[in-house]
Amino acid sequence: MSVTAAAMIEVSALEKRFGSLQAVADLSFSVQAGEIFGLVGPDGAGKTTTLRMLASVMQPDAGSIVIDGIDVLALPEQAKRHVSYMPQRFGLYEDLTVDENIRFYADLFEMPRQVWRERADAMLAAANMTPFRQRLAGLLSGGMKQKLGLVCSLVHTPRVLLLDEPTTGVDPLSRREFWQILYSLRAEGVAMLISTAYLDEAERCDRLALLNAGRVMYCDTPAGLKARMPGAMLEIIAADPRQLLDFVRTLPGVQGVLLVGIGVHVHVDAPQRLSQIEAALATKGMAVTTIALVEPTIEDLFVALLEQASSMEKT
Amino acid sequence: MQNDAQSQIVVDALVKRFGSFAAVDGVSFEVGRGEVMGFIGPNGAGKSTLIRILCGLLRPSAGRALVAGIDVAQDPEGVRRRIGYMSQKFSLYSDMSVVENLRFFGGIYGVSRADIGARLRFAVDMAGLTGREDALVATLAGGWKQRLALGAAILHRPAILFLDEPTSGVDPSSRRRFWELIHTLAQDGVSILVSTHYMDEAEYCHRVALINRGRLIALGTPLELRQHALAGELLAIEGNSLGDVMAQIRQAPGVLDVAMFGSALHALVDQAALRSPELLQLLSSTGRTNVRVHRIEPSLEDSFVHLVSASAAVAGALA
Repeated sequence: MSVTAAAMIEVSALEKRFGSLQAVADLSFSVQAGEIFGLVGPDGAGKTTTLRMLASVMQPDAGSIVIDGIDVLALPEQAKRHVSYMPQRFGLYEDLTVDENIRFYADLFEMPRQVWRERADAMLAAANMTPFRQRLAGLLSGGMKQKLGLVCSLVHTPRVLLLDEPTTGVDPLSRREFWQILYSLRAEGVAMLISTAYLDEAERCDRLALLNAGRVMYCDTPAGLKARMPGAMLEIIAADPRQLLDFVRTLPGVQGVLLVGIGVHVHVDAPQRLSQIEAALATKGMAVTTIALVEPTIEDLFVALLEQASSMEKT
Repeated sequence: MQNDAQSQIVVDALVKRFGSFAAVDGVSFEVGRGEVMGFIGPNGAGKSTLIRILCGLLRPSAGRALVAGIDVAQDPEGVRRRIGYMSQKFSLYSDMSVVENLRFFGGIYGVSRADIGARLRFAVDMAGLTGREDALVATLAGGWKQRLALGAAILHRPAILFLDEPTSGVDPSSRRRFWELIHTLAQDGVSILVSTHYMDEAEYCHRVALINRGRLIALGTPLELRQHALAGELLAIEGNSLGDVMAQIRQAPGVLDVAMFGSALHALVDQAALRSPELLQLLSSTGRTNVRVHRIEPSLEDSFVHLVSASAAVAGALA
């Protein structure tokens, strides 16, 4: 991932409008070879629309997309040869077996048998799916379907992989195997763009763009993003979390409170609020098991930044 | 939450066979009043089958399940009147409005004419859809649909609520609001059993049951599962292009497992204090000086992956 290398994906000033809805507005970012770049954002932020335009299945209204030096808008067919797009519902043939599905996609891209065979063997092994090669795709579990979709997307050795929420409904074990495949592709130099609504997954990306209303709000590494968390997060554990929640909400400097199983997570404007809140709880006579500063997750950050953005809009 | 009088769900040695396949294989647990119990496990582990039995939709092959004190095998109708159920598909009618959907579900659940007005207002408020009562469901974003589906599932004030992957594909802000609603219901005494694939959500539950191949392989608070599940300690190794040294680290003494996580590696070792300097030395011998090795707390996902892999290994050894 050297900074001087030309980016594998270069998106600039991209726009897409559906009637009066601005789905994507002035969107720019770049992804290097061997980089996993995450697009995160609420429903309707423009993640899927962006991926569709990059996959040349949708035409942008303005802006440019260059993939591996090829202008996608001018030469979509040429770009497609280097790109693989895995939509939310990948088109598997349920009445074909795992092997037959893979062969179908390999033939579609006119891959030599020797090449895709070897590649499929390796990827199916990494996905822990070798024993299921003769099973009908329709009889696979959700996690296995997604892994098969990934294998099918990869038989033609693309240099760019576009993944739209690939692990929705997939269990943690399959999700890990899925990500191990992505990491091995990263080592081969594949550039990956992945959209996700799950922010524990965002932590696994090399860089992230936080999208809202079609625009990039922030773009950085996961660690870099966390350093931008406005204020701090506190965890308070108590016997009666809801009573605690109602009270803590009213205290100065508290910007958000989230009930968790055994307590609450409190977003405060500054870490110094810890001692003030502790004192206020004591004065009120509320018993607390523990109160401590905790490291914010990407999800905490995301919610805090979105709240900040929407409150700025209102004022 | 310990005795039968308080338990809203009692599951005792429950078995469900489909032909020769045991989808649920001798599961026992209890859920207390006002408790939020999380169900986690791989796809096909038996979570949905268990939930369907507890909803009175499937008859168990053996064992016993009491829901609100009623035996699900003897009186499934009685069970269904006392529970709410929401699945990942939300089961709303897209071509009907918000209020039409709620009226429809109110009818199914047998909410009386006297009550329906107040219950509709409650559900619309809870979903945050006040002012949009006449909007078609097709026009609502995922988060709104989800809260509306929850509203529909609790129109008849059930004492027990079953949620089968209720937040699949819903964005983070909406999920947080959804979980606030769940906890509000729990504080009002509703017992909630929720299945999920997302470990951040499992963290919001009071207790978590891990199911694999039809069996309950762990049960405890999220904290207990995180602290006691791993047979070792976790180290995070941070630096550049670590993928190349993974194989070497896997071979190093005391290393039980190693996996890529973002640009870092996570290594499970027998003793963090002992192995961390050894690994640093190994890395510097490969010319990597700008690396950091430090101990991290295992996540619930680490525990999940470890427990499921361990139980699969045991099953493999027995087979």
